[in-house]
Amino acid sequence: MQEYPNNLAREGEIRIPSGCAISAAISRTGRKFSGEGIIGSMIPMHDRSNGLGGGFAAYGIYPDYKDYYALHVFYDDNSCRTDCEKFLFEHFEIVRSEIIPTRKMPEITDCPLIWRYFAVPEHNRLMASQLTPDEFVARCVTRVNAEIRGSYVFSSGKNMGAFKAVGFPEDVGRFYKLDEYEAYLWTAHGRYPTNTPGWWGGAHPFALLNYSIVHNGEISSYDANRRFIEMFGYKCTLQTDTEVITYIADYLLRKQGLTLEETASVIAAPFWSTIEKKPPEEAEKLRFLRTVYSSLLVTGPFSIVLGFEGGMMALNDRLKLRSMVVGERDDMVYVASEEAAIRVMEPELDRLYAPAGGEPVIVRVKEEM
Amino acid sequence: MANENSVKIIDAKSLEFSALNDIIRESGDCVIENALGQRFIAAGMSYRSIKIKGTPGNALGAYLNGGTVEVFGNAQDAVGDTMNDGRIIVHGSIGDAAGYAMRGGSIYVKTDAGYRAGIHMKAYRDKIPVMVIGGRTGSFLGEYQAGGVIIVLGLHTDGKPIVGNFPCTGMHGGKLYLRSDCKNVAFPKQVTAKKADESDVAEISGYIKTYCELFGADYDALTDSEFTVVTPDSKNPYKQMYVQN
Repeated sequence: MQEYPNNLAREGEIRIPSGCAISAAISRTGRKFSGEGIIGSMIPMHDRSNGLGGGFAAYGIYPDYKDYYALHVFYDDNSCRTDCEKFLFEHFEIVRSEIIPTRKMPEITDCPLIWRYFAVPEHNRLMASQLTPDEFVARCVTRVNAEIRGSYVFSSGKNMGAFKAVGFPEDVGRFYKLDEYEAYLWTAHGRYPTNTPGWWGGAHPFALLNYSIVHNGEISSYDANRRFIEMFGYKCTLQTDTEVITYIADYLLRKQGLTLEETASVIAAPFWSTIEKKPPEEAEKLRFLRTVYSSLLVTGPFSIVLGFEGGMMALNDRLKLRSMVVGERDDMVYVASEEAAIRVMEPELDRLYAPAGGEPVIVRVKEEM
Repeated sequence: MANENSVKIIDAKSLEFSALNDIIRESGDCVIENALGQRFIAAGMSYRSIKIKGTPGNALGAYLNGGTVEVFGNAQDAVGDTMNDGRIIVHGSIGDAAGYAMRGGSIYVKTDAGYRAGIHMKAYRDKIPVMVIGGRTGSFLGEYQAGGVIIVLGLHTDGKPIVGNFPCTGMHGGKLYLRSDCKNVAFPKQVTAKKADESDVAEISGYIKTYCELFGADYDALTDSEFTVVTPDSKNPYKQMYVQN
C-alpha cells in the first residue's frame, strides 16, 4: 500500500482555487495604448493562476519593422543559440537581432535566453522552396521547435509579438516591460497547468505567424485534433493542449481560407439538434463544416481569444463550461474571464454581456494598420 | 468585536479575498466599497446585512447560512453556491452556475443570469430554495433541478429568447416558471411544461411581489401575463435504474 509522507497535504486538505484567466483589450479605431491596463486586469484574477505561466500578445508594437517577421526565441543556453542561429542565418535575412529587454526581478527565475530577430526569408531559399513567405516561415518555426535542441520560436508574426514566462501574469508583464510597448490589441493569460508541466514554452499565448491564442480550459479532444493537424505538417512540440488550437486556426484561416465565423463553427460546432433548427441554407453549411472538419471539433471546456492582424475573436466552447464576459466603451472592446478584470481597464462601460457558448465575438480594427 | 448595530464601511480596494473576508467576519453589518473580484465574499456567514458596491468575485455567498447580501452592480459566477439560508439580492446580472446546489434561502436578480442557473437546486421539508431572475437566462437553466422554485420573468429588452437551449435537462424535482408561452422552447421528454393556472401563479405571487418591491417592477402587469410552469413527470425517474428502491 502506498505510504503518504506526513508533510504532504492530501486531497481535500488543500484547496487550490485556480482555473486559468484570460483577458483582452482592443481599440476598434486602431488607437495604440500601453500594456499597463492589460497587466492590471490580471491582478483581480490572480488566484485563477498558480504562478506556473503567464503571457501576453501585442499587435502593432513594431511599426519600424512592420514588414519583417519578428521571431521571438527561447534558448536553453548559448550553445543552443549557436545551433539555432546557424539555421536562422541560413534561412533568413536578418536586419536586427537583440536580446529582448527584461527586468531582473525575484518573482521571475530560471530564465532562458530570450532573443528576437526581425527577419525575412532568405531570397534564394524562398525561391527554391516555391512556398509563400508565410508558409516558409511557418515551416522554419516548426523545424526549429521540433529539431533544434533547446530552441523554441514562440512568436513569429509581423508587427506583433508574444511575451511569456513562468510566473504570475502581472509579474510577467513587468518582467517584459510591457508598459513600454504600445499596441492596438493586447491579449493576456494566467496559467494554472492541469495535466502538463509549467515551463516557459508551455505558457500562453501560443503563436504562429500573426495568429495567437490564449486559452482557459482543457481540451478533451486534444489527441484527435493533434493527429489530424499533424497530417498537414504541424508538429505539437510544446507539451500542452492549447498549442493545437493555434495550428487549427492557422490551418483553417490561412490554408483553407475559411472565415472567422466558419472557423468558430468548426471548433465549437453547434449540436446536430441546434443545426436542425437553423434556416435550410445555414443548416446545410453547418452540416458541411461539421462533416468535413469533424476532427477539428474541439471538445471540453474552453474560452479563447484568437488574435490576428487587425483584430481578434473571442469564443467559448458550445456548452459554455468556462466563463467569459465582454465589455464595450467608446472605441474599446474588452474580453475577460471575469467582469472584475474588465472593470480594472474601464470602470464605466457602455455595455457588458456574456456571449453564448459557441457564439464568436469578432472585433476588427477599422483601418488596416 | 464591532458593535452589531453599527454599520461598518469597508474599503475593499486592493484587498486580497481572504483579508477582506477576515474583516467582514469581524464586523457586524457592513457596506463593502470598491469590491473588485474578491471571491467567497460572505461565504458561510449568517445574521449579517452585507451591502456591496463594485463587482464582487466568484462564489459570492457560497454556503450562506442566513442574513442578506445585496450587490449594487453585477455579480460573477457561482453566486450562492450551496447556500442554505438567507437572501442574495443583485441589482444587475449574475454569471454562470448561480445557485449551484442551493438548498435554502433565496436569490433575486434584477436582470439576466448566465448558463446553468439553478443547477442541482434541491429542497428538503421546510427548506425550499427560490431563485427569481428578472431578465433572461442562458442555456441549461435548472439543469438537474431536484427541488425548489426557479422563476424567470423575461423583462429583458434585447430581443433574445427568455431562455437558451436545453432548459430543465435532467430535472427531477421542484418547479420552474417562465413568464412566456414558451412556444419556441424545446423541453426534454421527462418534464411537463404547461400553461400556469391561477393556483400555480398564486404559489409564486409572494416571490414576484418581493421582486417588484426590490427592483420597482409592476406587480399587476407581471402576474397578469402568461406563465409556463415546468415540473418533472416523476419524482424519482431513476427508481428502478440500478436497484429496487
